[in-house]
Amino acid sequence: MPSVTRIYVPADSAALALGADEVAAALAAEAKRAGAAVEIVRNGSRGMHWLEPLVEVQTASGRIAYGPVTAADVPGLLKAGLLEGAAHALRIGDPAQHPFLARQTRWTFARCGIIDPVSWDDYTAHGGGQGLARARTLGAKATLEAVTASGLRGRGGAGFPAGIKWRTVHDAPGDTKYVVCNADEGDSGTFADRMVMEGDPFALLEGMVICGLAVGARKGFIYIRSEYPRAIAVLEHALVVARANGLFEDCAIELRIGAGSYVCGEETALLESLEGKRGQVRAKPPLPAHHGLFGKPTVVNNVLTLATVPEILLRGPEAYAALGTGRSRGTLPWQLAGNIKHGGLFEAPFGMTLGEIVDDVGGGSATGRPVRAVQVGGPLGAYFPRALFDTPLDYEAFAARDGLVGHGGVVVFDDSVDMARQARFAMEFCAAESCGKCTPCRVGSVRGMEVIDKILAGRDVDANLSLLEDLCNTLRLGSLCALGGFVPYPVMSAVRHFPQDFRTP
Amino acid sequence: MAWDTQRAADIIETYKHLDGPALPVLRALQLEFGYLPDEAVSQVAEALNLSRAEVHGVVTFYHDFRREPGGRTSLKVCRAEACQAMGGDALGDEARRRLGVDWHGTTRDGEVTLEPMFCLGLCSVAPAAQVGDRLVARADWPKLEEALRKCRP
Ligand SMILES: Cc1cc2nc3c(=O)[nH]c(=O)nc-3n(C[C@H](O)[C@H](O)[C@H](O)COP(=O)(O)O)c2cc1C
Ligand code: SF4
Ligand code: FES
Repeated sequence: MPSVTRIYVPADSAALALGADEVAAALAAEAKRAGAAVEIVRNGSRGMHWLEPLVEVQTASGRIAYGPVTAADVPGLLKAGLLEGAAHALRIGDPAQHPFLARQTRWTFARCGIIDPVSWDDYTAHGGGQGLARARTLGAKATLEAVTASGLRGRGGAGFPAGIKWRTVHDAPGDTKYVVCNADEGDSGTFADRMVMEGDPFALLEGMVICGLAVGARKGFIYIRSEYPRAIAVLEHALVVARANGLFEDCAIELRIGAGSYVCGEETALLESLEGKRGQVRAKPPLPAHHGLFGKPTVVNNVLTLATVPEILLRGPEAYAALGTGRSRGTLPWQLAGNIKHGGLFEAPFGMTLGEIVDDVGGGSATGRPVRAVQVGGPLGAYFPRALFDTPLDYEAFAARDGLVGHGGVVVFDDSVDMARQARFAMEFCAAESCGKCTPCRVGSVRGMEVIDKILAGRDVDANLSLLEDLCNTLRLGSLCALGGFVPYPVMSAVRHFPQDFRTP
Repeated sequence: MAWDTQRAADIIETYKHLDGPALPVLRALQLEFGYLPDEAVSQVAEALNLSRAEVHGVVTFYHDFRREPGGRTSLKVCRAEACQAMGGDALGDEARRRLGVDWHGTTRDGEVTLEPMFCLGLCSVAPAAQVGDRLVARADWPKLEEALRKCRP
């Protein structure tokens, strides 16, 4: 029997959007024509998105990568000896040795891009399932202790310690409890949740089941945004495979799809939406941990928070807690986005500086022009100028400079950016996505747009700038949730760090 | 597709048993019929034991739900920050000019509806768009045009 060569062609959304399906089809057709037996695996992405589609071949001496590959490159690649890992202009070599990957410390993304995302065999061959086995041995109490000891904080934005949230739900009275995974990932500049769901979905499912065991929940929901069709398809497939392999004996998991609403990423709005209502934010207290989905004690955690737990139990909470800086323990999957040369996913311990990740790791702007501003933490995060590039990437250091780590999105802008327009957009976005419950957010954001329009038109600039600041204070103090409450971050950081853009002659 | 009470009833029946069935039901109805007319609101309200006002409130809250039919193909262009950093605004302007419609508008021949999006999770390969169910990275107008061509029967 001729030996079959395994070829990996990512089916991550970023790879698909760059023609990965066409590449896979061309590889299958050309290999057939050449009489070569190949098996094409559709893996997730390694996270080097500027090299996508990144094709990998399993050779006798390990995996060899080529990229970025187009369908038109395929005949030439095969002729050059792609199946043997031979030389070619697109040859990257061993992907794990690529500096972008070699510099990372991968926990949440330990398997992403390496395995077939919906193969249970592949998953278990790469450590999958062992975290849950460990949790079963430990029991609920010791599992809660392990998660607390790891120092893992919520990766959805607020950075609340996961172990404490879990304990609260565990201690809450009642037989019916829920685990809800927040997969709404609405922040611009973020795609780490999407990559996990597309590249290693069982890790998320396993993390949810561990959470269920630890807190005493027998039912879990994943609330995913409708803007992620590929992730939805992979999760649907993964749920079937996981069920067949007995993953849901203790806690059954159901997938629910959102309907296009940024504010539904806010945990109480998300619960309202799951219950079938308008996605309006609930007043807190009561916390979801006490009074959550259908009024029951509920853990709401981000995809990354939950998907990291199996690896923490597998490798030990101490090892995770040993990474990072200050109160920001472990790793964060940073997402390099916007005008950046090396865009993609970079998981590293907290503590690198903003400048290191933008200039060294990211290679500066894609356009080759000077980097002028970086927005970290999504649409509610502050814009930082180069002068703040020494800020360490950790929750407290960013907060100390009126910034936000949020979900770890790093959006880079070159010197063609107009920061007054960015400030206006922040208000526009807030107005479009406001749930309508608080007047400052609903009305103030529209007022904010009008005021910035006047500034842009050069009318009463001083008076309107102080009006804008007043408005921001009203929003900050008078909003129920962080949509209205944090929109002052992008707006006021633009005013403070880039004042000249508000005074265009 | 024109509203079909029986077909709608079958769809509602499929999802009715879920906890909090409203969103799954409305989503499935919109996938089938392309939009949610008044009949949908009434029928869902009755089947799920809700008031028409409640269902109407849900339908109007979410950006995904349409009250009128759209074009045959949807063209979604990302308007969020990471795409702005790579010329997303100009792409949105060009799409509007070429199609002769504003955001949410449908071309006169009923072929294309242009929708603004806030992030497709393709922020590292911006600007991003989606044509039908094809994702487009590093999008420009020629790429969008080609994707639109591939969507035609
Ligand atoms: C307007 C708004 C949008 C949010 N969007 C998300 C989101 O898309 N994903 C997410 O995990 N958390 C989001 N959050 C944070 C959640 O409210 C909540 O803190 C989080 O889901 C808790 O999980 P974690 O502790 O694992 O981070 C958002 C918050 C606000 C105020
Ligand atoms: S701040 Fe805005 S989004 Fe948040 S609860 Fe108030 S109105 Fe709703
Ligand atoms: S900001 Fe456009 S895809 Fe994320």
